[in-house]
Amino acid sequence: MPDALMQKIKNFIMDEFLPGEDPDELIETTPLISGGILDSIATLKLVMFVEEQFSVNFAPHEVDKENLDDLVSIVRLIRAKNPSAA
Amino acid sequence: MGTDVCLHELFIASARRSPQALAVVEPGQGSISYGELDALSDRLRDRLAELGVGRGDRVGIFLRKSIDSVATLLAALKVGAAYVPVDPGAPAARGAYILHNCAVKVAVVETALAGKLAAALANLGAAPTLLAVDGLLDGGAGLLAALDDADQRASAAAVDSVASAPDELAYILYTSGSTGQPKGVMLSHENAVSFVDWCSETFSPTAADRFSSHAPFHFDLSILDIHACLKHGATLVLIGEDIGKDAPRLAQLIADERISIWYSAPSILALLAQFGGLAKHDYSALRQVLFAGEVFAVKHLRALCEFWPTPRYFNLYGPTETNVCTWHEIPLPVPPERNTPYPIGQVCSHLRARVVDESGAAVAAGSEGELCIAGPGVMRGYWALPEQTAKGFFKDPDGSAWYRTGDIVTEADDACYTYRGRRDRMVKRRGYRVELGEIEAGLYRHAKVKEAAVLAFADELAGVSITAFLSSDDAKRPSLIEIKRFCAENLPLYMIPDKFNWLDSLPKTSTDKVDYQRLKELR
Repeated sequence: MPDALMQKIKNFIMDEFLPGEDPDELIETTPLISGGILDSIATLKLVMFVEEQFSVNFAPHEVDKENLDDLVSIVRLIRAKNPSAA
Repeated sequence: MGTDVCLHELFIASARRSPQALAVVEPGQGSISYGELDALSDRLRDRLAELGVGRGDRVGIFLRKSIDSVATLLAALKVGAAYVPVDPGAPAARGAYILHNCAVKVAVVETALAGKLAAALANLGAAPTLLAVDGLLDGGAGLLAALDDADQRASAAAVDSVASAPDELAYILYTSGSTGQPKGVMLSHENAVSFVDWCSETFSPTAADRFSSHAPFHFDLSILDIHACLKHGATLVLIGEDIGKDAPRLAQLIADERISIWYSAPSILALLAQFGGLAKHDYSALRQVLFAGEVFAVKHLRALCEFWPTPRYFNLYGPTETNVCTWHEIPLPVPPERNTPYPIGQVCSHLRARVVDESGAAVAAGSEGELCIAGPGVMRGYWALPEQTAKGFFKDPDGSAWYRTGDIVTEADDACYTYRGRRDRMVKRRGYRVELGEIEAGLYRHAKVKEAAVLAFADELAGVSITAFLSSDDAKRPSLIEIKRFCAENLPLYMIPDKFNWLDSLPKTSTDKVDYQRLKELR
């Protein structure tokens, strides 16, 4: 996982929701919401973290499985909003 | 109370009175009037009859919450059948188990889910007729198209709506079962109508009200939403599952749709108070906030009441077997120093309550005991489970059947009950009943799980947090991600444990049973 932005999000998910898990298990395409890792409260926490860290705002309708189900999708959405996010 | 009236006749009377009034709204997608909904459900009633459904049968509903699913449940009632709503978001195998268990003759299914469901049903050797409805067509258009399509192949003759007897079944709601399979709670027309009449008496809804429909239809809160709303000619605002869990969007929707009577589990209200941004919107239409299903943490209730100072707040309590059986209006304001949860309140006027000890004898006033309920709201029993039904009740010498709720309460001098805890291993999570045994049974299905024990702990934000203790013979244990994904495929999302704790082996009691007390200390 070369991307620093993705690594920050991954670290947050590992620390908050997957304590003790081997970091190699969480890959770019691991399903987060449909895979039972993020429930609704966890998803809100992730969104709050991302908004604060990367100076972006998610519209309410963007907070869903289509946009946030894996690391690739999350990074894509952040980059679309703030190309210089890092 | 008019319990000789059957449930769908309440709706039909509203449709005759005001056919132009708005019955159901799918926000942003469409709406349907009482007259149109009556006609649409009549057409499906005729089609169901054509497919062989009659009085005393069951009709499954495997649809996303929609105008189509409201029309379907009304059609099932009109043809004299009981409706069986199944969570379309839960694994297909669970849905198939339920539909097979109560032997539905027809299931109305979302087209996109029909293949998986049919395969899961075939695995069980069941083959009910599946009527597929395109879930992407909103505002009742999907069902209409399915009916047009069926009519082209063979027309369905018009039949009369059945005037069901009070003791005939209106719906079956499946709840978590301790043996690992869900069990069907059978509710009759009398059960439903006596409850809806109590709602009328207590909340005095009018045709001008706009009811939220937040709970899914397989959840008993939906009975108040749908049937109390339709009885009074009010408007039902359907809230889909995605938006229902998303606090900021939901906050906007409640304001935009000018909802006047809100009903949900407390967990989503706690999320709204914390993350909804409620200060941004206008909630002047909101006049009643009802909640049920679990304990509402007082600090979140207080925060909510600060954002929404004008509505009246009601704590409703009751298992699916009785629907709401006690209620308490929260006196406002919530004092800043209060931390103790509010009582579950007084018994509803159509029911009777009693607090008993383990032998079934009434306890001394103020002592802890199990809350038991009798009256016209109490279920007929569990589908095809006569032993569990018998265990659920005790009989008075005068013949009245008392349902044992399993909830431990105390009664204060003012006949107001306070909830103290559970007798067994059931917990409430986001308003859902969860038998910890059903989660254990789900975990045992994983090939690498040798032992599984599940415990619930109090959690300030989520109400309860669930921890699974597991052991495996395999040197390479499943990763946390793998086990969570396995759970997501085998259990409803609200049953997935929050924490997984792997041990070499689970501690045992002297009789070689899992020692839950010692596990509690290992948390």
